[in-house]
Amino acid sequence: MTTRREIHEDSMSTATPTRAPHSGVPTGHAPAEDRVGAGLFDPGQLLRSLPDAFRKLDPRVMVKSPVMFVVLVGSVLTTVFSCQDPGDWFGWAISAWLWLTVIFANLAEAVAEGRGKAQADTLRKAKTDTVARRLLGDGSEERIPGTGLTIGDLVVCEAGDVIPGDGDVVEGVASVDESAITGESAPVIRESGGDRSAVTGGTKVLSDRIVIRITTKPGETFIDRMINLVEGAARQKTPNEIALNILLASLTIVFLLACATLPPFADYAGTHLTMVVLVALLVCLIPTTIGALLSAIGIAGMDRLVQRNVLAMSGRAVEAAGDVSTLLLDKTGTITLGNRQAAEFVPVRGTTEAEVADAAQLSSLADETPEGRSVVVLAKEKYGLRERHQGELVGAEWIEFTAQTRMSGVDVGARKIRKGAAGSVLAWVRERGGTVAEDADRIAHRISAAGGTPLLVAVQDDEGARVLGVVHLKDVVKEGMRERFDELRRMGIKTVMITGDNPLTAKAIAEEAGVDDFLAEATPEDKMALIKREQAGGKLVAMTGDGTNDAPALAQADVGVAMNTGTSAAKEAGNMVDLDSNPTKLIEIVEIGKQLLITRGALTTFSIANDVAKYFAIIPALFAAVYPGLDKLNIMQLSSPDSAILSAVIFNALIIIALVPLALRGVRYRPMSADRMLRRNLGIYGLGGLIAPFIGIKIIDVLISLIPGIG
Amino acid sequence: MSPVLAGVLQLLALIGALALAYVPLGNYMARVYSSEKHVRVEKWIYKGIGANPDTEMRWTAYLRGVLAFSAAGVLFLYLLQRLQGGLPGSLGFSSIEPAQAFDTAASFVTNTNWQSYSGEQAMGHVVQTAGLAVQNFVSAAVGIAVAVALVRGFARSRTGELGNFWADLVRGTVRVLVPVAAVAAVVLVACGAIQNFSGIHEVGQFMGGSQQWNGGAVASQEAIKELGTNGGGYFNANSAHPFENPTPFTNLFEIFLILVIPLALTRTFGVMVGSVKQGYAILATMVTIWVGFVALMMWTEFAHHGPALQAAGGAMEGKETRFGVGGSALFGVSTTLTSTGAVDSFHSSFTGLGGGITMLGMMLGEIAPGGVGSGLYGMLIMAIIAVFIAGLMVGRTPEYLGKKIGPREIKLAACYILVTPALVLIFTAASMALPTPPDSMLNSGAHGFSEVLYAFTSASNNNGSAFAGLNANTDWYNTTTGLAMLLGRFMPMVFVLALAGSLAGQRPVPATAGTLRTEKPLFTGLLVGAILIITGLTYFPALALGPLAEGLA
Repeated sequence: MTTRREIHEDSMSTATPTRAPHSGVPTGHAPAEDRVGAGLFDPGQLLRSLPDAFRKLDPRVMVKSPVMFVVLVGSVLTTVFSCQDPGDWFGWAISAWLWLTVIFANLAEAVAEGRGKAQADTLRKAKTDTVARRLLGDGSEERIPGTGLTIGDLVVCEAGDVIPGDGDVVEGVASVDESAITGESAPVIRESGGDRSAVTGGTKVLSDRIVIRITTKPGETFIDRMINLVEGAARQKTPNEIALNILLASLTIVFLLACATLPPFADYAGTHLTMVVLVALLVCLIPTTIGALLSAIGIAGMDRLVQRNVLAMSGRAVEAAGDVSTLLLDKTGTITLGNRQAAEFVPVRGTTEAEVADAAQLSSLADETPEGRSVVVLAKEKYGLRERHQGELVGAEWIEFTAQTRMSGVDVGARKIRKGAAGSVLAWVRERGGTVAEDADRIAHRISAAGGTPLLVAVQDDEGARVLGVVHLKDVVKEGMRERFDELRRMGIKTVMITGDNPLTAKAIAEEAGVDDFLAEATPEDKMALIKREQAGGKLVAMTGDGTNDAPALAQADVGVAMNTGTSAAKEAGNMVDLDSNPTKLIEIVEIGKQLLITRGALTTFSIANDVAKYFAIIPALFAAVYPGLDKLNIMQLSSPDSAILSAVIFNALIIIALVPLALRGVRYRPMSADRMLRRNLGIYGLGGLIAPFIGIKIIDVLISLIPGIG
Repeated sequence: MSPVLAGVLQLLALIGALALAYVPLGNYMARVYSSEKHVRVEKWIYKGIGANPDTEMRWTAYLRGVLAFSAAGVLFLYLLQRLQGGLPGSLGFSSIEPAQAFDTAASFVTNTNWQSYSGEQAMGHVVQTAGLAVQNFVSAAVGIAVAVALVRGFARSRTGELGNFWADLVRGTVRVLVPVAAVAAVVLVACGAIQNFSGIHEVGQFMGGSQQWNGGAVASQEAIKELGTNGGGYFNANSAHPFENPTPFTNLFEIFLILVIPLALTRTFGVMVGSVKQGYAILATMVTIWVGFVALMMWTEFAHHGPALQAAGGAMEGKETRFGVGGSALFGVSTTLTSTGAVDSFHSSFTGLGGGITMLGMMLGEIAPGGVGSGLYGMLIMAIIAVFIAGLMVGRTPEYLGKKIGPREIKLAACYILVTPALVLIFTAASMALPTPPDSMLNSGAHGFSEVLYAFTSASNNNGSAFAGLNANTDWYNTTTGLAMLLGRFMPMVFVLALAGSLAGQRPVPATAGTLRTEKPLFTGLLVGAILIITGLTYFPALALGPLAEGLA
């Protein structure tokens, strides 16, 4: 980012070489629902994923989820016992529903994975084996398959060629269609040197000729990693997921003990418990709901990122995003619109605003930079000056803006108007022996101090050369940023604005945007030092970057989001890549990370709370015959012991399917303090988890008792 | 005054007294365990045992200290009992049989004080004073030491060091337990408990016949029995015996002694981790459960139906008239929620549900407020589990007191909570399934099952109280309860110390608005709920077949 900004500030122009990131469009304050949680659930997916769900019954796959593995073993056991007593409808019913429980769990995972598969197929199409034109030492070319490339090879790509592998442009400039990976159809410019040199294999060159140095082995390219990622093949368990799995396994062991030790107790009490009943009790008690949905939640979390065009290289990074307590945000493009815009015309003594506006507009007609255009727009909006076109003025000689002159203007006869960087315009006036109004300097200083950039407008006519006034260019803070930062603050996240501006300018913008802190005149070293300082205090830091000199900081940050437009060094160093290259997305990434954890926690709570009702269904069913007093625990008034146990098992299976949409979508997340969030989620998933099964089991029991011959 | 009102007033007086002692005792203990200085007696002891109290220990070294010291204790106590017949001052009692000697040695070293013998009919002055009473002090000091090590794990960062076991052991004994117990013993003597070294007196009874009265250093042992949440009575009747617990006041005073250190340790914890509010939250969790249990117990014991019980003002069977239902309920709940195991009434004779409450109290894992030290570390383990689930629900990697609860921490906490349910359920199931152990049951039906369930619940959780009825002096019960006590004490300590080491090595995470606030009532409520649901779910089937079957009949 830094390099780009420096160029930009010097030249006073943003000859934006790539398609502007979303920064051009004010992000606004999108409703919370749109930000996190989208991704509709289509019931048809359940059906389509059914074959996969059966395939996942392989014990070698199942054993990865200890809870569901126990259910699988239980299903086998009850089936075996039912075969020994084929006349017992109860045994068969329990077996069937236990198998369904396992299938439902696999289905949840298969559905979550299925969503990525479609995307992976599209990517594979882009990856079709390409032919690479490898440059040989003597300058000649040879054609080899793309898979035969090694790191360091130089390849040539011309208009119409598909780039054979990831690499950096070392020669030339070309427009490239990256829609295969970003889904964005507008072409982008890739050129040698600087921060726009990285190209991705599978994308297509639309114009010109470039030479690319290959930086990645075939099979490990960006597109390969992306395919693995969206398919969930590369998914590794994250620390919190591992910890949760351990807790669930230990709860499973506890309930295994509680059930395994029950037969001697029951025998002593004078009743015999069958294997079917014991397995049913066990499956109801172990945390199957969360056990079944845990991996679907993880896959869906990654998928939500993919849907937002963010690729996380590891699940760990997504989880870390939820823990982030410091966000480093680049000013340009993230907090401000990225292009400074004209905000006012300030006349020097002796001229009027309208005169300045008129001169500024005329002199900016030949300035195609966003700043130049904003002058024309301001003149029109604020001073009602009709937008004129270059052709309207006869005999006018237009002076285009260039990075060298840093001025634009027009000569109409003897009247010459110039607008541009203060130094250039002053030099122009002095060359012509003109006068510089003493307050021009003062005004320019005032604008600088307020965080703006002054452009001088000067004229040379029969009265001589002189400065007319100053255009105040301002960094425009994106709409809704202040509210976002307030939200982040409530979530306990500190925002730090990183800018190359001087401290005065930086302070003014920081205050306007409402960030907590800023780092002015930031060098890559400063950024690195800031990250290390925050981390030493135990904080997790997230940042975005795209330049090669951002790479060390991206690697050091806990969450480093590289812009897809950036260099391959930056993309290697970060642990996420944003295909839209929209730095504001960091905030959404944090929210997705949090949502992932919340969904796991909420469903765990729900799962454990469910057990209370299941005991009230099953224990009286098992023992009320020998200890009639225990029938007082049958507070649901279930119709018969068999029906009670079966209802609990059915509820246990159905709740998995019922919660699949929630697992895929994620628990609704709104930025709020931890206290409020806990109260809300405990209320919904804790209390709800206590109550829901009482109602659910009762309803199922009523339905079962309606079946003739049962209940 | 109605018995109910008397019960409530006793409860209030107790809470008042505990509240007065909370801050000074808690702060004092924090100073004791943070101080750099050694008093003269301590220096002599360090010289005697050859320990350097100033070296910092990693968790493995700390654990080695705990295990070595305790193993030596078991061996010494075992030999002392086995050789009792040849020792002076043994009142003519013979040596103890191997199985019972093992059981008793394990029992006193693990702070359980399960007794499969009658104190006045088996143990002479030497074993009682040099063996059992000494363990009453040091086993309690070991418990506090381990808790303090865990607290240091939270308080320290980027170090693996947890303090020095020998210093913690000696300080706990010399600066906390001995002085407080000495004062308490004087109070008990002043109120009528006995303290002498006289022999056995043959005393005639009003109704004819005769009775044996033992003398002994009863008041001093009674003081540490309660203060160190030990519970092993000098007499078989334990605190129901008038020589141990003569008046309603001493009854209340003994309950105070039982609760005062476990509760005050939450203050010590708060001070040492730098936030007394965190200590209050843990205290509030303990008190909520304790008060809830007392209220439930009083309700079941007072409200019992039946004309005889109503005439007595509640279920008086097995309770002393001088304590009444209120005093007995208060004692019964406090002793089972603290791993003490002293009794002033027979839990077997409580109503069915009342008996269930005493069992559930132990099944919670002795954490509300729990044994000295063990209560605090047990509660902190539950807090870690609760923080983990709640932490996920606020969208962050769970953290407690600035320390992240990751896979390693959860693994250790999960192992901790697995130990006692495994011991209780497996040993109970074996006792019910094997042919001979059920012969020990006095009663049949659900009550008989409760006797066995209670025995292993008590032993595995290091409580030590007995339900009465069960003949535990068989090779099976002596061996299994002995194993249950040892495993139930030291396996959790291994996990606690490993956890402490892991926490101490972490870099603290600063609290932000996104951090779960563990000092708030909401968290306390969550913790209470998690404790009740997790343990309730574990034992619900077993409880249903014992006390619930009986109580709901």
